[in-house]
Amino acid sequence: MSAAPPRPTDGPSGDGRPVVEAVSITKRFGSTVALSDASIVVRRGETHALVGRNGAGKSTLVSILTGLQAADDGAVAFDGRPAPPLADRDAWRQRVACVYQKSTIIPTLTVAENLFLNRHARGPGGLIHWSRLRRAAEQLLAAWSVDVDVRQPASTLSVEQRQFVEIARALSFGARFIILDEPTAQLDAAGINRLFTRIRDLRAHGVTFLFISHHLQEIYELCDRVTVFRDARHIVTAPVAELSRQELVAAMTGEDVTMPEADHPPLPPDAPVLLSVRDLVTSSGAQVSMEARAGEVVGIAGGGGSGKVEVAEAIVGLTRRAGGTVTLDGRVLRPGSVPDALDAGVGLVPQDRHREGLVPLLSIAENVTMTVPDRVGRYGLISSARRDALARGTIADLAIKASGPQVPVSDLSGGNQQKVVMGRALASDPKLLVLITPTAGVDVRSKQTLLGVVEDVRRRGTAVLVVSDELDDLRICDRVLVMFQGRIVGEMAHGWSDNDLVAAMEGVDLHHV
Amino acid sequence: MSETLSTATASSSSPPSPPSSPSRSLAIARLRDLALVPAIIAVAIVGSIVNPVFLSSDNIINVLQSMSEIAILVLAQTIVLITGKMDLSLESTFGLAPGIAAWLVVDPALTRGLGLDALPDAWAVPVVLLVGALVGAFNGLLIVRFGLNGFIVTLGMLIILRGLLTGISGGQTFFALPESMTYLGSATWFGVPASIWLSLLLFAAGIVVLGYTRSGRALYAIGGNVDAARAAGIRTDRVLWIALVVASVLAALAGLLISGRLAAVPAAQGSGAIFQVFAAAVIGGVSLNGGRGSVFGAFTGVLLLFMIINVLTLAGVPAQWTNFLNGAVILVALVVSRITGGKAQT
Repeated sequence: MSAAPPRPTDGPSGDGRPVVEAVSITKRFGSTVALSDASIVVRRGETHALVGRNGAGKSTLVSILTGLQAADDGAVAFDGRPAPPLADRDAWRQRVACVYQKSTIIPTLTVAENLFLNRHARGPGGLIHWSRLRRAAEQLLAAWSVDVDVRQPASTLSVEQRQFVEIARALSFGARFIILDEPTAQLDAAGINRLFTRIRDLRAHGVTFLFISHHLQEIYELCDRVTVFRDARHIVTAPVAELSRQELVAAMTGEDVTMPEADHPPLPPDAPVLLSVRDLVTSSGAQVSMEARAGEVVGIAGGGGSGKVEVAEAIVGLTRRAGGTVTLDGRVLRPGSVPDALDAGVGLVPQDRHREGLVPLLSIAENVTMTVPDRVGRYGLISSARRDALARGTIADLAIKASGPQVPVSDLSGGNQQKVVMGRALASDPKLLVLITPTAGVDVRSKQTLLGVVEDVRRRGTAVLVVSDELDDLRICDRVLVMFQGRIVGEMAHGWSDNDLVAAMEGVDLHHV
Repeated sequence: MSETLSTATASSSSPPSPPSSPSRSLAIARLRDLALVPAIIAVAIVGSIVNPVFLSSDNIINVLQSMSEIAILVLAQTIVLITGKMDLSLESTFGLAPGIAAWLVVDPALTRGLGLDALPDAWAVPVVLLVGALVGAFNGLLIVRFGLNGFIVTLGMLIILRGLLTGISGGQTFFALPESMTYLGSATWFGVPASIWLSLLLFAAGIVVLGYTRSGRALYAIGGNVDAARAAGIRTDRVLWIALVVASVLAALAGLLISGRLAAVPAAQGSGAIFQVFAAAVIGGVSLNGGRGSVFGAFTGVLLLFMIINVLTLAGVPAQWTNFLNGAVILVALVVSRITGGKAQT
């Protein structure tokens, strides 16, 4: 930090009064109880983690803490004083701010204008004084060491820059308590590191954070205390150091959950090679040659710019490859043709389920059977009975929480949506299953189910490619290919150590330095 | 400006000097505003080669006057488009507002039974503007209050208002308009028709309001991301409502100008104009998805369209081909702005 950000105006940090205290909050939506007698206390200057599975009541708590909704029962206090009335948005903004997963930046306006939206600097005649607004924006970002040109349109910001800008904007309202709602979900490892550095910096300057994440590792890395919610209730609040990982997961799920690391039956030595990628060159320049045998789970690991996703998309035909061949079970796939890949037996869980994975308004049944119209009908007509039967099977196999196959996927939680995407990939009984970041933004239990499915699939002789930088995803692999800057730089057999893999993804070799 | 900000910036010990290098993206954003200027110059050069009359002051005034009414409609549509909505009914308001005024004011004895002579002449202009405001408020009621789709609502309004005008006029043309209605459309101020002054003044006001006032910027914020705008404390419903009312009042005023110029209100006044209005706005860089575009850009769009039409007329292109060429000009202008702007025009 080059410039020292301002200290909070009222006293030194850690003066005992909690920044926010919510007591016995109850909130119902119709017949659903979203929060039941739930409490949380966040102390000044700490970074407090809030965890819980999807549906535990985290989002409801956030909307009550930020004054977007009123609690049916219970009280919220900031600095020991009762919260302002809901209508007084300015008063709320001075106390608390939330950086949501969904952007609250207006992409068509400049960064400067986004920072001072509806409170533009004004000159004579009430007209906006653009140069003064720009200077104020530059000073604000400089004061918090956010290195962004304020004159660029906000649409050009990366996810990470966008979050920094939103944090700076929150701070400029005077808020020194910031809620981060799954800030790391869309960031790569390097971006997460920079975000954490920033959070630690701000904490040193008296900013308090409530950090919501599905990644327990991040909580141990960053947070001081953790609060667990489950089934709309407060379960436990404890210093992170005093809560083991097992205990934390147990508190979240109400039972002991271990990631399916299970026994890895070694591949039969005579398992035939199913997928063979020769000298593949993607349009972005990444180059890969690899093979996968029947029943083998191969991981492709790498950081944000490693080209792992591009390689996967080129293999399944989502993007046109610039060179090389992809052969699946003796059949050469046509470059850039998804229908050909589907026909050859490729199942795909794409990177972004919202963009490529789902049609949100259509039902589970329609989404699951989208790739296999011939299996749910004859002569080009779709039989809804057959479709629903197929979907019911998927719902049962993947433990999707839904009342039936007719439920639109937009009504499902993130974890269940991802299961629908997985169901769609599996609907065709693929010979090759390609999973791109399959557990991004899903809760612990769904993650367990999704990864458990992979184990079933491989037993049936399907080759699986897991493309991810998430260690839990990669742990189920027989071997992991590590990509760095568009090349495969290493291969690790099952049983690798976390440090080695992370180091390799960052382009560092721990053993030959 | 919040006081927290000033304390935040004041107490920072040494804020690094702001980057001084001009940002490329900003330069491009500015340029997009001026994107059509080279095209306008090119058309002017071609026009003067085709016919030396083109650059004469008489012809320039002729072009400006012929575009002034449509230009005000384009301004109105631009305001609505920037909020991410659209208003198709503007073309019917353009005819109906002066039509209702004429209907209430005109003496049936002079016009073979058309009109009611129910109000004194002096009421004509206020009635025109009031009809515009009512139409806009009704659009707002359906779109903002009831959350109906703006395209369908204003399509329905387009048909209903046109039908209303045809009904009250019996499909005929109102004439023998009072002097108060014809004044703005026919007067000349400082040697230039008043309608040109008015349209230029309105565009200047539009540039200032949309570029330099919080309420104007609120239109962009709403069009860009309505949730974020609401979170920033903008009363999004109210702003949308006002935008729709202002647009309809502008359309009514434009209708008054053309009625004054022609000294008549035909039942079909403005019919079909909305396509040209959309074309001019989009060519001028206004996004149909909201949040992007400028009043100046919209002005260059409508100016370019009318200059090309004028050049074609001067070149002696038969009138039967005008529509064909109009359509072609719109498509070519879109392709050109796609190539120069680099981004898809939406």
